[in-house]
Amino acid sequence: MKPRTDAIAFTVNGRPVSVAAPPIRRLADVLRDDLGLTGTKIGCNAGDCGACTVLLDGAQVCACLVAVGQVRGRGVTTVEGLAANGKLSALQNSFHRHGAAQCGICTPGMLMAASELLSRRPTPTEAEVKDALGGVLCRCTGYLKIVEAVMNTQAPAANGAGAVGARLAKVDGVPKLNGTERFGADVAPADCLWLRVVRSPHASARFTLGDLAGFQRRHPGLVRILTHRDVPNNRFGVYPDIKDQPVLAEGVARYRGDAVLALIGTAEALGAIGDEDVPIAWVETPALADIAAATAPGVAALHADKPDNVLVRGLVRRGDAAAAMERADIVAEGSFETGFVEHAYIEPEAGCARRVGERIEIEVCTQTPVMDRDEVALIMGFERSRVRVIPTACGGGFGGKLDLSVQPLVALGAWLTGRPVACTYTRPESMRATTKRHPSRIHVRVGATRDGKLAAMEFGGDFDTGAYASWGPTVANRVPVHASGPYKVPAVLARTRAIYTNGPPSGAFRGFGVPQAAIAHEAMMDELALRLDLDPLEFRLMNALAVGDETATGQRLTASAGLPACLRGLRPHWRRARTEAEAHNRANGPRRGAGIACMWYGIGNTSMSNPSSMQVGLDAKGRLTLYNGAVDIGQGSNTIMVQICAEALGVPADAFAIVMGDTDRTLDAGKTSASRQTFVSGNAARLAGLDLRRRILRLANAGEGARIVIDGARVRVEDGVTVREVDLSALDKGGGDVLAGTGSFDPPTTTLDGNGQGVPYSTYGFAAQIAEIEIDVALGLVKVLKVTAAHDVGRAINPTQVEGQIHGGIAQGLGFALMEEYVPGRSENLHDYLIPTVGDMPAVEIVLVEDAEPLGPYGAKGVGEPALIATAPAIFGAIHHATGVRIRRAPATPDRIRAALVEAGHG
Amino acid sequence: MRAIMGTYLRPTDLNEALRAMSAGGLTVLAGGTDYFPARVERPATEDVLDITGLSELGGIEDRGGHYRIGALTTWSGIIDAGLPRWFDGLKAAGREVGGRQIQNTGTIVGNVCNASPAADGIPALLALDASVELSSSRGRRLLKIDEFVLGNRKTARAADELATALIVPKPGRECRAVFLKLGARKYLVISIVMVAAVLEFDRGLVAAARIAVGACSAVARRLADFEHALIGAPLDDLASRVRAEHLSVLAPIDDIRAGAAYRRDAALTLVRRAVEVAGRECRR
Repeated sequence: MKPRTDAIAFTVNGRPVSVAAPPIRRLADVLRDDLGLTGTKIGCNAGDCGACTVLLDGAQVCACLVAVGQVRGRGVTTVEGLAANGKLSALQNSFHRHGAAQCGICTPGMLMAASELLSRRPTPTEAEVKDALGGVLCRCTGYLKIVEAVMNTQAPAANGAGAVGARLAKVDGVPKLNGTERFGADVAPADCLWLRVVRSPHASARFTLGDLAGFQRRHPGLVRILTHRDVPNNRFGVYPDIKDQPVLAEGVARYRGDAVLALIGTAEALGAIGDEDVPIAWVETPALADIAAATAPGVAALHADKPDNVLVRGLVRRGDAAAAMERADIVAEGSFETGFVEHAYIEPEAGCARRVGERIEIEVCTQTPVMDRDEVALIMGFERSRVRVIPTACGGGFGGKLDLSVQPLVALGAWLTGRPVACTYTRPESMRATTKRHPSRIHVRVGATRDGKLAAMEFGGDFDTGAYASWGPTVANRVPVHASGPYKVPAVLARTRAIYTNGPPSGAFRGFGVPQAAIAHEAMMDELALRLDLDPLEFRLMNALAVGDETATGQRLTASAGLPACLRGLRPHWRRARTEAEAHNRANGPRRGAGIACMWYGIGNTSMSNPSSMQVGLDAKGRLTLYNGAVDIGQGSNTIMVQICAEALGVPADAFAIVMGDTDRTLDAGKTSASRQTFVSGNAARLAGLDLRRRILRLANAGEGARIVIDGARVRVEDGVTVREVDLSALDKGGGDVLAGTGSFDPPTTTLDGNGQGVPYSTYGFAAQIAEIEIDVALGLVKVLKVTAAHDVGRAINPTQVEGQIHGGIAQGLGFALMEEYVPGRSENLHDYLIPTVGDMPAVEIVLVEDAEPLGPYGAKGVGEPALIATAPAIFGAIHHATGVRIRRAPATPDRIRAALVEAGHG
Repeated sequence: MRAIMGTYLRPTDLNEALRAMSAGGLTVLAGGTDYFPARVERPATEDVLDITGLSELGGIEDRGGHYRIGALTTWSGIIDAGLPRWFDGLKAAGREVGGRQIQNTGTIVGNVCNASPAADGIPALLALDASVELSSSRGRRLLKIDEFVLGNRKTARAADELATALIVPKPGRECRAVFLKLGARKYLVISIVMVAAVLEFDRGLVAAARIAVGACSAVARRLADFEHALIGAPLDDLASRVRAEHLSVLAPIDDIRAGAAYRRDAALTLVRRAVEVAGRECRR
């Protein structure tokens, strides 16, 4: 039967519309594709994430679950309908002020869900807000600022000029609130072709392609089928010397989700094709499912050049750990396991490429435009200059958008067809195909002397890097450096391996293996404290790294090592939490516990150059533009860079426009990862601001302390009583900016020697967190009540954003601890793969420690990854405090906790 | 980029809908909360009958001896209807289904027809002794929930039948209802185990009990032996009467959410708590 297309009339944001669409189409698609209202986001198409929440006759619904035929005659309100006459509503303003939007992809859904509530209950309780927002997932914010924003819509604005230290609202915040922000799925032109990837349904298989030409003939609208034969250089990988992943597989699929071919055509044509219709003959082969299988004797190699399936080994050796362990008075020992963890950003990978003459331009959500450009150029056999990457807004990254996804495919498609080609991953595809946090198997021994000093540590960690290398070497090399925790340990032997398996490629995920390692070393710290009869906080403080100490790699810390200050700051909270939990447990009912964990994290790449360069320009009309190659993935680097540059230049932050990440228009600021943008690119932004300042002062012949006031084409330079003017229009040669400043920074590090000794990072973030939990012993159900988080961030450039990073990190740490595990074939959606909802978030109290980093911009260092690392071990410590049971496997789901409790003799 | 195939009917008259159904082969669409999630990655090729235009299937009516819940009643509709206290379990189930978005569109009849082992509505309806009203051009019939839901995603609905309502009999005595759900997170969570309990009471003793457990077998099950054991028990001493063998009708499986042994263990705990809470409610 032919599809029926009806004229369906309804109202959108009070305006009557009529669309000619098949009535079974999802309202979300009609809003976005037919009405151009791309403010409504699609995160899952299954009602699991709430990103597409709109109001239907005033009630919140998922637009992905409504057939447009059901909307006939009814009223739809979308995020575009909230602002009146271009002015943000009170709710939107409140989100802006509170920093309630980070990446912004869930923001429209959150706003709509909150609007429904506020229309019924103008001053809702916290419980009502949570019930109203419970159906919208956010992966960035940890929800707390969203709840605060909904409860306090009338609070006054408190924005200053935005200098360093100010709670400046996001400079790119408004588009995230009014629905105009363009994410990866929002940039496809109406006339583009679509690309869909056909992937392996098997973890390990051989395949042969059938009659693709015949298949194409049978499917009008299917314009082209890409196979590996269409890929000039069919190998990629993030390391220059490890290119092991095919863009399209060549007869062998190494994981469930491996890309086999790409269909290019009209949306209608692609949508009518089922994967099973495509002529591919599969022969399933035995899969190496995990580390144990892949390292068993005599198994097949996934990649010929790694016969033992070991991708890489990492090592840090300091002193003689075995001898020191012998001499230790007590030794704690344990084994720990973690599973695959999915980034679960609410924006699935998406982008669009077009051919422009002999060049390819790709608009895509990414964390690393320059690497994307270089890698696509390599794949296509192009000079780099023939590829341009323009990052869209990125709806969450967390490391998962550091690898190529749609980029090479849409680029090849656009090149070969001559038409724009777009691709948006489905949610299951995003989960199957893209990288994960490395599953780990860790064995650790830690020795201490009777007086409470750590003596030795032996750490062995295997990390499942999946079918392809991705960032496996980064994990294997970063973990040994951090394996002994933020403590003084005179003798350390830390060894790691990254192991190939037939799992999804494990790559970068907030912390690069350090969160897994922290679970192990923090459990050991608790165990030792218990056996030494020392308070867990005081024992950690006795051993905490501080200025003047040497790390396991022999690096002497010369500044900004604020762990002791973090622990001292937590001390009153700790005593209260422990006392309260113990008092609570003297009565019946659910048990409570409080745990503490510390972490440290090297900012930037491990022992590798990772420079950033920034440029700031001033045009003849007095407009400042920051050419900012650092991609803001929601964490707020656009705002941070502007605040820093403004401070350096000595002008207000609102004077700047931003060009972000466009590889044609910005310098290489490096990737947004390793918590490096504030520290590394922030320095570049500072130097660029200073450079422009010097140039202006020189033109005005003014001294260093002079004040710069940009007033249109005239720049006033006030040097004491002397005021000089620079006329920018006089400098205009018709080429855009008339003045520019540039800055570059590369954090000083050294290579590590054969024993892993050297200076891998030029600075470290430190933190300690307390988790307070309640556990329902009979069900193994843990509720985290409160997290108190002390973080040494060097300097908080923007305290609101620092808090937002910490909240979001705690949410991800909580998910990692209690609920998140990706199992290929079983949790490829957001209802079987659980991330925390607004109802799972604990109260969070933050103790900010600002132990200035002399190398950092105005003392700042990174906080993105540090925010997450201590949370899971603190929760596990709290479970132990409540029950005496040590958690050895993450996630500690209710059934696993219950089994451990039963084993330990709890009824 | 979704292809649309198949026919789409959205009649406004029930007889017209039933005539369309009589040819068979139609997929019934109401709230869409199960239809669309099942079609994320595959073409939607079915011929669809959208019943949301059938206004006669809306509403909740007190029909004297029973309540009639029309097939278009959403979870929010149940929650907001001001129903008597013995509906508290069903309402609690509704509040734990998805988020508000799902509650605003998902229908309770759809929840039953989808017949997921983890359907939150089914244990609560079993505990209410509810029936499903099936209509076709051949006529109408009523099936008890346990006669209607036959297995995982399997019901007794014939291809030409529409589930048009739920019929919930009024209990003969005073009673209280409880629903407890166990999931690994708050909101938007598929149940690991859920328990619904309805207790009828008289002078401090249980007069009748209906206890159902979900997500622990292909179809939610009532615990007949336990229900029987509760009759005559004082309301302040119910939890202690649960025996592991009362749950022997359950056949839990291992899945991504939990193992079978845990489910059995947790079901026992939740049954104990459910009757304890229900007993307390009765005494209040």
